[in-house]
Amino acid sequence: MVHGELWTVKELFTLPNEYIYWSIQIVMYPFMTGLVAGAFVLSSLYHVFGVQKLKEMARFALVFSFALLFAAPMPIVLHLQFPFRGIEIFMTPHFTSAIAAFGIVFFTYGAIVASELWFLYRAHFVAVSLKLREKQDKTIVEWVRYLIFCSLTLGVYDVSEEALHRDEKAIKFLASLGIPVACFLHGYAGFIFGSVKANALWMTPLMPVIFIMSAIVSGIALCMLTYIVTMEIRKFFAKRKKAAYAGYQSKEQLQSAEISVIQMTAKYLLTFLVAAISLEILDLIFRGYTALKSWDVLRSVIYERDFKAIFIMQYGIGNLVPLILFLLPGLTIRRAVLGVTLVLFGVFMMRWNVVIGGQAFSLTFAGFMHYHMPIVPHDWETFKEGLAGALSIFVMPFGLFYVISQIFPVFDYKEAH
Amino acid sequence: MITRRDFFKKTAMGIAGAAIPLAALEIVDPKKLFAEIAAETTSVRWAFLVDTYKCVGCGLCVKACKLENEVPYDANVSRTWVERYVLTKKGKLYADSPKATRDGFTDAKIDQGADGLKDISSEGIEKAYFVPKLCNQCENPPCVQVCPVGATYQAPDGVVMVDRTWCIGCGYCIMGCPYGVRFFHPVYHTAEKCNFCYHRITKGLKTACVQACPFGARQIGNIKDPNDPVTQTIRTQRVAVLKSEYGTKPQVYYIGLDEEVR
Repeated sequence: MVHGELWTVKELFTLPNEYIYWSIQIVMYPFMTGLVAGAFVLSSLYHVFGVQKLKEMARFALVFSFALLFAAPMPIVLHLQFPFRGIEIFMTPHFTSAIAAFGIVFFTYGAIVASELWFLYRAHFVAVSLKLREKQDKTIVEWVRYLIFCSLTLGVYDVSEEALHRDEKAIKFLASLGIPVACFLHGYAGFIFGSVKANALWMTPLMPVIFIMSAIVSGIALCMLTYIVTMEIRKFFAKRKKAAYAGYQSKEQLQSAEISVIQMTAKYLLTFLVAAISLEILDLIFRGYTALKSWDVLRSVIYERDFKAIFIMQYGIGNLVPLILFLLPGLTIRRAVLGVTLVLFGVFMMRWNVVIGGQAFSLTFAGFMHYHMPIVPHDWETFKEGLAGALSIFVMPFGLFYVISQIFPVFDYKEAH
Repeated sequence: MITRRDFFKKTAMGIAGAAIPLAALEIVDPKKLFAEIAAETTSVRWAFLVDTYKCVGCGLCVKACKLENEVPYDANVSRTWVERYVLTKKGKLYADSPKATRDGFTDAKIDQGADGLKDISSEGIEKAYFVPKLCNQCENPPCVQVCPVGATYQAPDGVVMVDRTWCIGCGYCIMGCPYGVRFFHPVYHTAEKCNFCYHRITKGLKTACVQACPFGARQIGNIKDPNDPVTQTIRTQRVAVLKSEYGTKPQVYYIGLDEEVR
């Protein structure tokens, strides 16, 4: 069977070779890179612009961004017909292609995040390795831990006041350098679509900007959600182990910290959400107003065939409802959870409507294609380009976050709120 | 004792010195040089001419192409195909290309995909015609532009080809083609397209589809040769290309191209 034939239903006049070639994994790709970029921008709000209330969230967001970074290229790998040839993008990049920039942008960004993390956690590495060095009769686990943290210090044990001050300067520099690079990382994902002149729905110079805005929205939303979940877990433990571990903060302390961080972050989420919606609506109005040759087919896709996915699921449930939820005074944690979940859903639907919606009509402008995502996998292809593959990609960063947070602890008990 | 200043100076000089021979090697890369000379001095630029008045929709060209180029016979993809356009007296347009016309148009009903077959009475038809399609071997090919690894490339004589050993199968070229001529090969799983039967035309043969067409609706020629019959037709007759608004400069010319053709 031809690739794409399995999940494509053709209607009216379509060309023989037309299928939905870019399926769920290409929906996941901008969704995941968007989360990376968004999480980083959120962390930079504290480091660069000195938004003090975001201090705890900033550290959290940076570590989470690093975890997401590893998951971001995975959808592409699963999508490729030859995943093992994927390395050619780095080895023999063909620079007239937008995708070829991936290697450079991705590694530059990765290097920035990694260095920023190093400066941020340097003192911690030194403290842990010195503590373990002094300890007699180390167990095997402690030996491994000692070796890891020793190497992570890179041989620098200077934690004087002056050195730490220099670290902070470096963090600020890297965070401000990171903002344009993070925006570029995602803006270029938008460019991949926006520059396809053969596709009437994708081709708009607004695409990169729309992608950046919705990326920041989704990144902030996911950070808020994960933050709330981890805080709830901490609260649960705080309740149980209150007496045993004096170092832990009390449940009440955690609660007040949580709500103030969430309320502050929600304000930034709202700002970027409004910007993202405005740009998307502008694009829609412009297309209708200029009504080029492609508008007839686009209109029937946007207003008829994909109406539910675009206006109800994306704009309604994914944008308008959370907008109201966050605008209502007295934001609670429960309302925030509902709001950010809907925002994440809305951004996912936006990616879906761009990627799948862009292939919903034929190059003839006289036919349509419907995508039926494989739900139950029965072979490798239906696994990787189906619901199961998409879910595995989505779960991946959370597992990575757990591993990475063992080295970069996100919550510092001594620095109480 | 070397000072820090001297150390940096000498390091910079060392790096610069090491870089020069490397740069020199780059300039005289024989492959690159050969390709550049070939592009400048080549006297061949392949172009295709389709006379839509002559096409009857028999599909022999598609059959020949599939067999010649080893595109699986039953797979619903093809390097070339024929489209049927039917305009009714009420002004409605119907078009199809069932099974890429591998077996020709054997049914008067129009294939509407999931919407089934559309029966149009012959009295209701204002005009109807066939349009063969194949890769336009664009002068400015968007598929070559978007390939992230350079697996698809344009030969000096204008033909765009795919390196099956290098294609990663991302599908960006398929998305980038405004004419829908590209697809994934069902066996090799790499991007696949019409290459004007490059293995034949470079040996002085005609393409499989040109050879198979009993009506002379398809012709291939060298547009740089003023005496070539194809060149002469393109220069002297009223011909058109598909979707010129994309700026791709297609090199498949059509006689009798209707405005309705997509």
